Amino acid sequence: MRGSLSKVLAIFWKDILLEIRTKESVTAILVFALLVLVIFNFAFEPETATMNLVAPGILWVAFTFAGVLGLNRVFAIERENSRLAGLLLCPIDPMLIYWGKLLGSFTFMFAIEIIVTPIFLVLLNLPLFLPRLLLIIVLATLGFTSVGTLFSALANNIRARDIMLPILFLPIVVPVIIAAVEATALVLQSSPWGDMMTWLQIMIAFDIIYLVVATLVFQYVVEG
Amino acid sequence: MTAWAIEVEALSKSFGRNRALSNIDLKIGRGEHVIVFGPNGAGKTTLVKVLSTLSKPSSGTVRVDGEDIRSDPVKVRRRISLVSHDTFLYDNLTVYENLRFYGKMHDVPDLEENVREVIARVRLEPRLHDRVGILSHGMQQRVSIARAIIHNPSILFLDEPEAGLDPQAVVMLRDVLESVNTPERTIVMTTHNLRQGVEMGDRVVILDRGKIVYQASRDDIDTVNFYEIYQSYTGTGE
Repeated sequence: MRGSLSKVLAIFWKDILLEIRTKESVTAILVFALLVLVIFNFAFEPETATMNLVAPGILWVAFTFAGVLGLNRVFAIERENSRLAGLLLCPIDPMLIYWGKLLGSFTFMFAIEIIVTPIFLVLLNLPLFLPRLLLIIVLATLGFTSVGTLFSALANNIRARDIMLPILFLPIVVPVIIAAVEATALVLQSSPWGDMMTWLQIMIAFDIIYLVVATLVFQYVVEG
Repeated sequence: MTAWAIEVEALSKSFGRNRALSNIDLKIGRGEHVIVFGPNGAGKTTLVKVLSTLSKPSSGTVRVDGEDIRSDPVKVRRRISLVSHDTFLYDNLTVYENLRFYGKMHDVPDLEENVREVIARVRLEPRLHDRVGILSHGMQQRVSIARAIIHNPSILFLDEPEAGLDPQAVVMLRDVLESVNTPERTIVMTTHNLRQGVEMGDRVVILDRGKIVYQASRDDIDTVNFYEIYQSYTGTGE
């Protein structure tokens, strides 16, 4: 167990180090997410009632498309120089590669969300301290990246991978995005906890199901 | 413990309708150095990929150190390593970080000491803290050899390691390969370089269109006329 954890962390740390050195993913995702927010901010008046309706959608559109950009990179670094073969030659269960990669993609996406969310709240004149929104972001991001990491590995073997990843992945992840949008709307309206429980339960169930499924099928996705 | 390092029986590998390997039988002894020749598309890389667990056979059996590669690939991977024309290295990590990463993935004990030992064997100590991306292709290939031997594998697969290197780098690489060559280590190498291959191998195998068409031990090879032999079996030159 400890040995497995150290390998997951080694893969995670290697990805973090590469990102710190190249800044390839984080910069692009951050700029994209901020652009989406700024454009929508110009499209809608912050004071109007319409804003309350569309704000959760704007936030999750920014996170979703920025997230897809990041997921495209998760296995791209392993494609060059056949590095994935190098990882597969290591005497480890391939599911550890999945967990290491998942940890990396979750961290990158969550880091972007932590930067973008306060800007979103300020732009829309909303209160800054919303701990329930943080919980929604964690649950939705876990679901998003658990499926996304698997599909990133799958798309790695396809020629038009940049286009194919969103086409394959977004229909699967729609339930978690809908749940996140609905739960975010309730948080922004200051609704009680009880109202958002159904959406939280959907996200938790999605996370558990896809973490288990992705862990089990990852080996068949990456091995020939 | 079985006498054979590698036992291949009736191995076939197909990609759709395309048969890359056809009914291969091959037994390689412990410590033996086998050189596999063949024209492009003969199935050399596919054979190495199957033997090194990177690709699953369509039919037939492959045992490495007595272990079936399909039933327990993780156990097999502890004992093998692969140096290919791709180095598997991360350009934006240093030589040290790359070796440390792969060492951790292989549970190498005394990792610091081992990193320093393998880097000395490939004669790249001064470049230990340089990023791999700034090294020449020849140097990267030497780092790749260090990566491959860090867990002291008993079987080393070399898939055209000299591909894309200039003649000087090939000479250097050959010296490095000699230095990692121990009597107990089994080596299976594919190459287009007939002269070098014949010199290095205990046995040579010629593969053509997925089949073994010729094999002989070094003592039985007519080294002077080997080019003609190769040509007669494959219909091509080097």
